[in-house]
Amino acid sequence: MIVATTGAAIVLALGLFLAVLKYNPARAAYALFSGAFGSWYAFASGTLVRGTPLILTGLAVALAFRAGVFNIGAEGQFLMGATAAAAVALYGPALNRPLVILLCFLAGSLLGALWAAIAAILRTRFNVLEVISTIMLNFAATYLVSYLVRGPMQEPTHVYPQTATIPAAAELPRLAAVRLHVGFFFALAAAGVAWWVMRSTAAGFRLRVTGANPDAARSAGGIDVHRVVFSAFAISGALAGLAGAIEVQGVTFALYENISPGYGYTAIAVALLARLDAALVVPAGIMFGALEAGAAAMQRDAGVPSVVVSVVEAVLILALLGARSVRQRFREAV
Amino acid sequence: MIALLSAFLESAIRTATPLGLAALGELVVERAGIINISLEGIILCGAFGALVGASHGGVVAGFAGAIGAGVATAALFAWFVVRLRTDQIIAGTALTILAMGLTGTLYRALYGAAGAALSIATARPIAIPGLSRIPIFGAGLFNQPVVSYVFYTSIPVLWWWMHRTLAGLGLRAVGESPVAARAAGVRLSRVRTLSLLFGGAMGGLAGGTLVLAQAGTFAEGMSAGRGFIAIAIVVLGRWHPVGVAVAALVFGAASAVQYLLQAAGLGLPYQLFLAVPYVLTLAALAGVAGRTRAPAALARPDEA
Repeated sequence: MIVATTGAAIVLALGLFLAVLKYNPARAAYALFSGAFGSWYAFASGTLVRGTPLILTGLAVALAFRAGVFNIGAEGQFLMGATAAAAVALYGPALNRPLVILLCFLAGSLLGALWAAIAAILRTRFNVLEVISTIMLNFAATYLVSYLVRGPMQEPTHVYPQTATIPAAAELPRLAAVRLHVGFFFALAAAGVAWWVMRSTAAGFRLRVTGANPDAARSAGGIDVHRVVFSAFAISGALAGLAGAIEVQGVTFALYENISPGYGYTAIAVALLARLDAALVVPAGIMFGALEAGAAAMQRDAGVPSVVVSVVEAVLILALLGARSVRQRFREAV
Repeated sequence: MIALLSAFLESAIRTATPLGLAALGELVVERAGIINISLEGIILCGAFGALVGASHGGVVAGFAGAIGAGVATAALFAWFVVRLRTDQIIAGTALTILAMGLTGTLYRALYGAAGAALSIATARPIAIPGLSRIPIFGAGLFNQPVVSYVFYTSIPVLWWWMHRTLAGLGLRAVGESPVAARAAGVRLSRVRTLSLLFGGAMGGLAGGTLVLAQAGTFAEGMSAGRGFIAIAIVVLGRWHPVGVAVAALVFGAASAVQYLLQAAGLGLPYQLFLAVPYVLTLAALAGVAGRTRAPAALARPDEA
């Protein structure tokens, strides 16, 4: 009931906002919907393709937040994963296709994890707030990619700020007639594994306890909190890095500067909407994938700037926060 | 040599001003026990407010628009964290995303294709008679836009208010021990809300500085992480007005060195220079954060 009311209120407010700015809300809504769900092609090539990195980065954020680690750095870890995968694909050994793909995945996850490990060391050894350090690392990663694609990794003609196209052996297989690649199924598998680990294993339990109450975890549970925090950072970074690798191998086939339209930030909305539950990250990621795909269509067909999606994301997070707080007070009052 | 030093100082102060303003505002917020991650969004909204104000009514309206937009954003944050007691970090992140989306959408809707060429009245440097004539550093320090003088004066004023008045004592008590402060009759919500609004005004002014005293125009995402750097500066300045001002100046100086090196043309990639403030923040935090103590109740909304 609350969800439906809040949802309706958000849609109405957004329509009003667009109308005030002299856009046509009906046309925008139609373009948004048909861009995301209008046909099997639109759904598979737009919504699911954009949903794939959002599921993986959403998992990264959800796992970290569950452990009480505010990793806002999925964006930078995604970029580093994309960089590693592109580097291995371009300069790595020429093996058979499954091996090359696997090697690129490993490289992407590893560099994503290492990039997150910087923030983990800063937090566990130097007491640096990870919200600040991961944001700083996002900027550093952005400039590093910018340097690489204009410098050592630039394509051979030195005209465009991007790498050469990766060899066919590193490309992910696609479904017939659509742009959906097998990376989507890897994302689903990752969500399944993460859900199982969180629910049914000792490691998942330690992670949840540490997030819920680190002091109790340390004193009553005998848990090495630093170690759990470090693992949470590393796994989170590996998932975001894998998202970057899959984006390069399944969608862009090259590394360039603006390879991520802010997936790492949208991931926060995905994780919160999924209530940090790995299984719910899948529908939440697909929903935001639909929103992103629809927004691109909306900009093309109705002239509405696609950054408006950020407004929707933020309002959604705030509405969820507000609703949770109101519900809590209601319970306290009763 | 003296001309170079003067240019260096001028550039250092120019970069330090928005960082220092935002950080001094955040300092007050954190001493009240709240960490405002939405500072980044506040600066961005302030910058956009400055554009709207200045394109309608000149520089003064621009600064008014900047402060107004900053306060409005901070009020929204205050409503969530003080009234609804939601998680400060998540609410702050959401507000920053909201600011990016809103300013981006409004900018394209209101200024459209002309955006890039749009330029507005800017705040000219004002030379302070006498002081600006001091040899070596006079011209660098005292021939600045009005916001730099706001920055200078707010350092001692803030120190005096925080450490020598009853209200300042109340603020610090709220950040250290909310329960004791409440028992002593301090109204927690009021202190926290007011300090957030002050932080919003300072952050908005910082955004206005970027538009009115530096770029002369608005660009999407032009806050470029300054809000987060300002939060780091509060840590580096050990939650003290003078320390915060010094840390902001160190950042300004580092950026000035970076501009000089860039201008000297050593053939180094420019992305290296652009990354300097962020890497410097990380390094500085690693050196200082472990050896200093935050207000005891920082980011713990439940303890009240």
